[in-house]
Amino acid sequence: MKQGNFIDNLPKIYGIYTGGFIGFIIIMAIAEQMGMTAKAIGIAFVAFTVFIYALIGYLSRTAQADAYYVAGRQVPTVFNGMATAADWMSGASFVAMAGGIYFKGYGYMALLVGWTGGYVLVASLLAPYLRKFGCYTVPDFIGTRYGGNLARFSAVVVLTVASFTYVTAQINATGTIASVALDIPFQYAVYIGLISILLCSMLGGMRGVTWTQVAQYIVLIIAYLLPVFWISNKMGAGFFPHFMLADEVARIGELESQFGFIKNSAADLATVPKGLAGITKAHSAVNATPWAFISLALAMMMGTASLPHVMMRYFTTPSVKAARKSVGWSLFFIFLLYSSAPMLATLSKLSLIDPTLSTGIIGKSIAEVQAIDWYQNWNQANLMFISDFNGNGTVELNEFFMGGKAVVLATPEIAGLPYVISGLVAAGGMAAAMSTADGLILAIANAISHDVYYKIIDPKAETAKRLVVARVLLVVIGFAGATIAAMEIQGILGSVIWAFDFAMSGLFFPLVLGVWWKRANRQGAIAGMLGGLAAGTWYLVWVRTGGSGFLGITQLTFGIFGSAVSLVAMVVVSLMTQEPDKATQKMVDEVRVPSGKTILGKQ
Amino acid sequence: MSNQEKHWEKSRGLLMITLAIWFVFSIGIFLFGAEMNEVTGPFGYPWTYWFTCQGSLGAFVILIFWFANRQEKIDEEFGFSEREDE
Repeated sequence: MKQGNFIDNLPKIYGIYTGGFIGFIIIMAIAEQMGMTAKAIGIAFVAFTVFIYALIGYLSRTAQADAYYVAGRQVPTVFNGMATAADWMSGASFVAMAGGIYFKGYGYMALLVGWTGGYVLVASLLAPYLRKFGCYTVPDFIGTRYGGNLARFSAVVVLTVASFTYVTAQINATGTIASVALDIPFQYAVYIGLISILLCSMLGGMRGVTWTQVAQYIVLIIAYLLPVFWISNKMGAGFFPHFMLADEVARIGELESQFGFIKNSAADLATVPKGLAGITKAHSAVNATPWAFISLALAMMMGTASLPHVMMRYFTTPSVKAARKSVGWSLFFIFLLYSSAPMLATLSKLSLIDPTLSTGIIGKSIAEVQAIDWYQNWNQANLMFISDFNGNGTVELNEFFMGGKAVVLATPEIAGLPYVISGLVAAGGMAAAMSTADGLILAIANAISHDVYYKIIDPKAETAKRLVVARVLLVVIGFAGATIAAMEIQGILGSVIWAFDFAMSGLFFPLVLGVWWKRANRQGAIAGMLGGLAAGTWYLVWVRTGGSGFLGITQLTFGIFGSAVSLVAMVVVSLMTQEPDKATQKMVDEVRVPSGKTILGKQ
Repeated sequence: MSNQEKHWEKSRGLLMITLAIWFVFSIGIFLFGAEMNEVTGPFGYPWTYWFTCQGSLGAFVILIFWFANRQEKIDEEFGFSEREDE
């Protein structure tokens, strides 16, 4: 691929790609009318899109360190925004977020605010300065700013703990979707997912991941928005749902007070399959205390600003100026999906619980609902369940249970959309999970290959050897992640949230103070990273093993405690030890202005 | 005060304003979530609900672009802006 030429032609290339993808959807729709089976459509969607990503990955192969680690630093602002959005929006955002909103309402929507507000911190506190630094990885910044192998190594440890927690969840999600779409057992599907992920990143490193992520963003955003608009129009709820669902939201509130939230007995609930939940919380009313909401949002925002796979995307822009704008574009592309999730949750819930709609099941007889096609399908997939607890023969609000994933996966079918949409949604979910997994695996492998192998173990290694090490690590880390994912230890969403908490515990203050506080020194940074990570981990283990916690900090927000310890440790230790030398202070001064060469470029 | 110190002082000022706006939309308004939700807001949604779905999210997007433009102006003012995408 000729880079210069290729960059200029990006809008055209991705324009053709988008057109081609829409064409593919239309062909599938026609094939469905002509009798193609649902299963064949599902396989076609997943196989076709994965093939395209693999092709892009192959075309982006490279033997240069600059291209492998930072995509040659020439990714234009808007495209980097798309790539970051795909990098960011994981399988959890795509598949589980609307479900979380559906079940938990306001308390859960703190995640929407947190996962977007964090970008303000990224843009204003970190991204432009780290771009000026000219590093390849996040530990590269820590290692050079604070100096010394121990600081560098501590950053690698925090990065690995946080990203690895995250990546198992993503491989798990690719496995789930591949197993549903291809109809194979989960244990094998996980490895198929992994191979698809590695195909994108192995040959081209960051360059390959960048261009596949742009392609994946296009697939996932079409797959998310098309059903939302279609369902809204089909239900007559409004042609632009985001501005027109106020009546529907109000109607759900009405129905909630009409039905009431009846608490099921523990014995009844024990008969419900694991992982399914009923509607027990108000849809749009404020159902959480201010601190519960704010602490979760705050943890996610600080976590966002410390997650290395996001930060390293801004190392690929051509300039500092472009890095700042690029954060804005990233958030804009994320906004498109996040602002649609509550709309999907609203449409999904209303179509199920409103007795006046043909799709509504509350108030219908148990036997009638059990005879519905989609109920049978999703019941079989273990994502839907009804049971006549009170024995009156009709389905009540408290007698209907659903898995969180069903909101995204099943709503098109419930609303009576053709199967081609369900196939599209599967491809979208796969794209979301793959793109995030790619970013994460690359972040870990790059940190270990660049910071541990090249900078600490063998500083004289040749480029070719470094890239071989980087690729071997990529495969090893991928397989380790897949093996853990195959064991199915935690749910997808729980481990995603933990990853944010780990990252903020160890990295938030060492990164931010590295730019904004000249007095911060090596000893302080090491104390901050290791102390924060240890404190956060201790709190998590303590709460998980029956500890009561304090200040309302839960196992989902343990990063608030971890980062507080990190801040105190870093400031106290920094002030107790010698201030950084003149050269380091001068380096910080230079980081603060955009003009001139990058810091590392000078050395 | 050197040129660079002035530049940094202004940048820090911009950061404070940006973080203050960020604080309002991410934390401030949710201190009054329950009260605010009683009032009908944009497009007929309850105010707090609207902020969590769209309002705060959109505010962050606008805030970042505004910040990026202001910071560029500051860089230009003190002669620290980059030469056109070298």
